[in-house]
Amino acid sequence: MSVVSLPATRRLARRPMALALIWLLLLAAPYWMPLAGGYTALGTRVLVLGLAAMSLNFLLGFTGVLSFGHAAYFGLGAYGAGLALKFATASTPLALVLGTLLGGVAGAVLGALIVRRRGVYFAMVTIAFGQVFYYIAFRWNSLTGGDDGLRGFSRQPLHLGAFTVDILGNAEAFYYFVLLCFAIAVGMMAFLLRSPFGRTLLAIRENERRARFLGIPVELHIWLAFVISCTFISLAGGLDALLNNFANPRELHYSQSGDIVIMAVMGGMRSFWGPLLGAAVFVVLQDYVSSLTTNWMSFIGLLFVVVVLLFPRGLLGFLQRRTDA
Amino acid sequence: MSLLEVKSVSKSFGSLAAVREVSLAVAKGELRAVIGPNGAGKTTFFNLISGFFPPTAGSIVFDGVDITRMPAHRRVALGMARTFQITEIFPELSVAENVRIGAEVAAGYSRRPWLSRKNATALRRRVEELLVLAGLAAKADRLVGELAHGDQRAAEIAMALALEPRLLLLDEPTAGMGDQETYDITQLVRRLHRDSNFTIVLIEHDMRVVFHLADRITVLDQGRLLAEGTPKEIAANEAVQAAYLGKVA
Repeated sequence: MSVVSLPATRRLARRPMALALIWLLLLAAPYWMPLAGGYTALGTRVLVLGLAAMSLNFLLGFTGVLSFGHAAYFGLGAYGAGLALKFATASTPLALVLGTLLGGVAGAVLGALIVRRRGVYFAMVTIAFGQVFYYIAFRWNSLTGGDDGLRGFSRQPLHLGAFTVDILGNAEAFYYFVLLCFAIAVGMMAFLLRSPFGRTLLAIRENERRARFLGIPVELHIWLAFVISCTFISLAGGLDALLNNFANPRELHYSQSGDIVIMAVMGGMRSFWGPLLGAAVFVVLQDYVSSLTTNWMSFIGLLFVVVVLLFPRGLLGFLQRRTDA
Repeated sequence: MSLLEVKSVSKSFGSLAAVREVSLAVAKGELRAVIGPNGAGKTTFFNLISGFFPPTAGSIVFDGVDITRMPAHRRVALGMARTFQITEIFPELSVAENVRIGAEVAAGYSRRPWLSRKNATALRRRVEELLVLAGLAAKADRLVGELAHGDQRAAEIAMALALEPRLLLLDEPTAGMGDQETYDITQLVRRLHRDSNFTIVLIEHDMRVVFHLADRITVLDQGRLLAEGTPKEIAANEAVQAAYLGKVA
């Protein structure tokens, strides 16, 4: 009788305290992170990769479709924003929007070609398309800077009427700019997941055949989820380019796609916030361990194996179970 | 006029002819049972009607519309809903959510990012109504995957009803059930037929259920139409007896 299972989409609403805690931690991060041995730019990186992992998880955890090529859209957002700042505009928000659109449109076109594939075949095709973009970024020296990456741009101060916010020189100001973008994107994803449309995605994840015989046009809905996911991960990529004032071709490589999948799965792909926790653990561990050894990835790999074996629902899934009990 | 008219359909998988030139006409408000020994092609026949795959030959007309090559989700929009021999549900969602997804799709909300308060309230009422009809009101918030087999099947039927179907296709609704569960589902199907006037086509193994429920019975054997008639006529039909006894002997 004591077993009460909360449906995934309602978990958020019934945990207002947990939700308040998450936002409080994020809002206060520039103040508590230095005390914990971190620094503001590290917090910004957690947000950027957290958004990337949560965007991927919109598709992986809530639609049940595994993309192994999402780094390509992350990279398109980065190069799009970087190129816009370098050649077209001095407006940081506009550059970000352009980068996001570039990734979203690419997702829409390629998504249309792959939504009929399933499982391993879907993953393989997403890798293949991702690698195409990687090689374009890697080879097109005159435009992308090739192997050296895209340089020669930097994020510009925000002009808000009478105010100017210096997000270039002031790391805290940039953190809050990224947090605002993160909040908008994450809020939109949460909103969509709780809508009738979001429930059809859960239906497809749970049982595609049943969804089809309920009259849901499964391919169309997977395509929509793919485009939404690609658009938000492109936003994350654009923010990453702004963070580093640099776009790196390796960010399009499939190993980067793998890292994002690891973040989502390690954090807990059935929970909305799990991927953010996964990204935080990944980024912080990378930052700390890489100062001790160049083999930092083997530590993350080891942690990943332990998490998958011991906590199949990820770190956050494990924490939730503990507090439910 | 018939609601569903299947005209001489056949389906082959390679050299195997699973269904051969079977015809059937179901009138509005009728409860039709399709029976036959194992391997008679019942489920294949059902899959043809519901659009799982198209027939090799023949045609299917639903309420005057030729649906022979129409994809499954468009048949649903026309008013055809089905359940499966192996219960097909959304196991990690609650009973209410399972039914709600069906109701939302039926109302044309499946791509809505939000619902107005009025629509949301109407939808919630509709879901409650269906849960009561299926006898699941007390289990609305349980995950379907945790329910007993009979309740899962009832949830699946409720989900199909949420689509406001004009034709309900039930593939062995009592498969793998004990006596009590079989009785409960039989009563549910009977209520849907007698009280709510649903037109139903069902495949069933359990002869007690079939003779108890059906208005008319269609018998398939080795992919062919063997007989069709009222339960009384079928019980007296020698070819049917031979087909069943032949399998046993």
